[in-house]
Amino acid sequence: MPDYHLSQLDLLEAEAIYVLREGAAQFQRPVLLFSGGKDSIVLTHLACKAFWPEKPPFPLLHVDTGHNFPETLEYRDEMVQRLGLRLFVASVEESIRTGRVREETGANASRNRLQSVTLLDALAKWGFDAAFGGARRDEEKARAKERFFSHRDEFGQWDPKNQRPELWNLYSGRMAPGEHFRIFPLSNWTELDIWSYIKREEIALPSLYFAHERDTVVRGGVILGLCQSVQPRPGEVVTRRTVRFRTMGDAPITGAVQSTAATIDAILAETAAARTTERGGRADDLRSDTSMEDRKKEGYF
Amino acid sequence: MDAARDMGLLRFTTAGSVDDGKSTLIGRLLYDCKAIFEDQLSALERASLLKGGSGIDLSLLTDGLRAEREQGITIDVAYRYFATPRRKFIIADTPGHVQYTRNMVTGASTANLALLLVDARSGISEQTRRHAFLSSLLGIKSMVLCVNKMDLVDWSRKRFEEVCGEFRAFASRLATASITFIPVSALYGDNVATRSANMPWYEGPSLLYHLENTYVGGDLDMVNARFPVQTVIRPHDDGAFHDFRGYAGQIAGGVFRPGDEVVILPGGKKTRIGAIFCGDKTVTEAFPPLSVVMTLTDDVDVSRGDLLAKPHNQPTEGQDLDAILCWFSDKRPLRAGDRVILRHTTREVQAVVKSLRYKVDVNTLHKTEAVPELALNDIGRVQLRTAKPIHYDAYERNRQTGSVILVDPFDNSTLACGMLSVKQPASAQE
Repeated sequence: MPDYHLSQLDLLEAEAIYVLREGAAQFQRPVLLFSGGKDSIVLTHLACKAFWPEKPPFPLLHVDTGHNFPETLEYRDEMVQRLGLRLFVASVEESIRTGRVREETGANASRNRLQSVTLLDALAKWGFDAAFGGARRDEEKARAKERFFSHRDEFGQWDPKNQRPELWNLYSGRMAPGEHFRIFPLSNWTELDIWSYIKREEIALPSLYFAHERDTVVRGGVILGLCQSVQPRPGEVVTRRTVRFRTMGDAPITGAVQSTAATIDAILAETAAARTTERGGRADDLRSDTSMEDRKKEGYF
Repeated sequence: MDAARDMGLLRFTTAGSVDDGKSTLIGRLLYDCKAIFEDQLSALERASLLKGGSGIDLSLLTDGLRAEREQGITIDVAYRYFATPRRKFIIADTPGHVQYTRNMVTGASTANLALLLVDARSGISEQTRRHAFLSSLLGIKSMVLCVNKMDLVDWSRKRFEEVCGEFRAFASRLATASITFIPVSALYGDNVATRSANMPWYEGPSLLYHLENTYVGGDLDMVNARFPVQTVIRPHDDGAFHDFRGYAGQIAGGVFRPGDEVVILPGGKKTRIGAIFCGDKTVTEAFPPLSVVMTLTDDVDVSRGDLLAKPHNQPTEGQDLDAILCWFSDKRPLRAGDRVILRHTTREVQAVVKSLRYKVDVNTLHKTEAVPELALNDIGRVQLRTAKPIHYDAYERNRQTGSVILVDPFDNSTLACGMLSVKQPASAQE
């Protein structure tokens, strides 16, 4: 009997590609949410594989908070060019300027929650009826309850207590006008799977993921990298540290980790041995025990 | 180098309440496999303190939603991930009470193994029987029965064997290929990740060793070649792929190779496979559950929802389906005459419920005939009639081509899942 064995990365890839194709086939105008983070980069790579030699039959959408690291934006523009994809950009600054949202004030103000409004406005404006996202169930306990095809009502809200059962690989994208779906092809991937896949597929990443020297401050127990949108406050000490980022969010809330891992192999070793979760450095999740669930109900990624 | 071999993925389901020690057992597995992180542990300590408990309540790890934490219950399927150097594991953790039958069924639909848990003091409960029945109904071939809290029965071999005997008597009525019995103490870790020194009379593996090494390849149908088409790839570019036309999908059964003769259903046209692609690379064979793109040597009409098979081994074609349903809706019951949308592989078709044959009591397995309806969490056997023929196999033969879901045409909710059976075996056999 021949050996029809597949590794876990092969299995996860096959599942993700199947889900991407189902999303593309069942919806009129899907879009892929691209944040510049490693998960959405892997998702974009999988989308290119799923439809090869055709280009993915959907564009990318980046919700730009105006607080991105410049490295993220450079990477985004280079990648879109290289892969020949179409990119839409929705701007949180624009939402603030037009009065759709009001900027948070106070010590730990962030634009994290504001993104939900900008995203929902963008989906409505361009008529997208499904949005692929790179969220994984292992990231966070509210995300552990997500479906592959996750229904959103006409207000973009997630109703975790009333989710559709999802059996086998039968995903139903039926919905009423004005509603939409979020689709999560990477649901079953872990952080280690993502890094192992990046290595196997030789996927290029923004430089921020690799150890580099940077001026930093410590704010609320989290190491923040200085850039245009993160400036030292009175009383904060600027220290030059060797750091890298495990997740990529808004600069003011994305904690760096002290690390000398400058290659994929070093990062893989570090991830396998890690004793804290990758979102442990995310100030937005530390607000309360259910802050992710609360944001998701409002339409967050 | 078999010891270092990547065993791939094992998906298993658990069901039950905190009382059986299920959360403690899962917590223990995750903890011993270093899958609980320091910040999760400190978040748990904070949450456990808020709840007024002493010590860490590991159930808070899986009960992620606000309502679940407030009410101290698991509402939904929670997926947990951990890995050892040998294998990656996905746990579908579901509540065990009868009102969550649909969640148990959902978790079981993608699982290779069911992990059942009983309290050594009280023995087999209604909940254990229900979980075992639903697991076997959904085609799970391996079960592990952990007899927990052995520390509370003085590590008694006699008690362990009594409980096993009780379960065997029940399980003889189920279609489960293998049952493994393991005496454990989740609280102290005996026989969870390592063998217990307290039960030298037990010669079997620890739970983790069993999970790492158990063979689950038999869950995939490697015999009956089935390829449901998801989408057609036509680049229309000006370059090398101007005339490229490929059919994308996930292999649902059997093995396909370039040059193989295939039949396109519906229609029955025959052609041959040109090339098979995984991404931009060609492969010499494709088997479940790979996602591939196939080209065909003839210019034939193939679209989403069609199925490729081999001419000498075709699925059953029909509009009259015999199915075991699990009803999910709390808004409406199922009655004869109801119209639904039926989703099968990559196609949707209208269907009507012709008749309701019987209902199964999930606790006693007793069948009641002549019932007027199926309500939330009921399981029963029905006859469905579809508007167009579909091409399917018996669920025992192929989980993908033998399964359906029913969708409400009015509010789009998922009403039921169904496992198909085939009365007469397909006329042509391999």
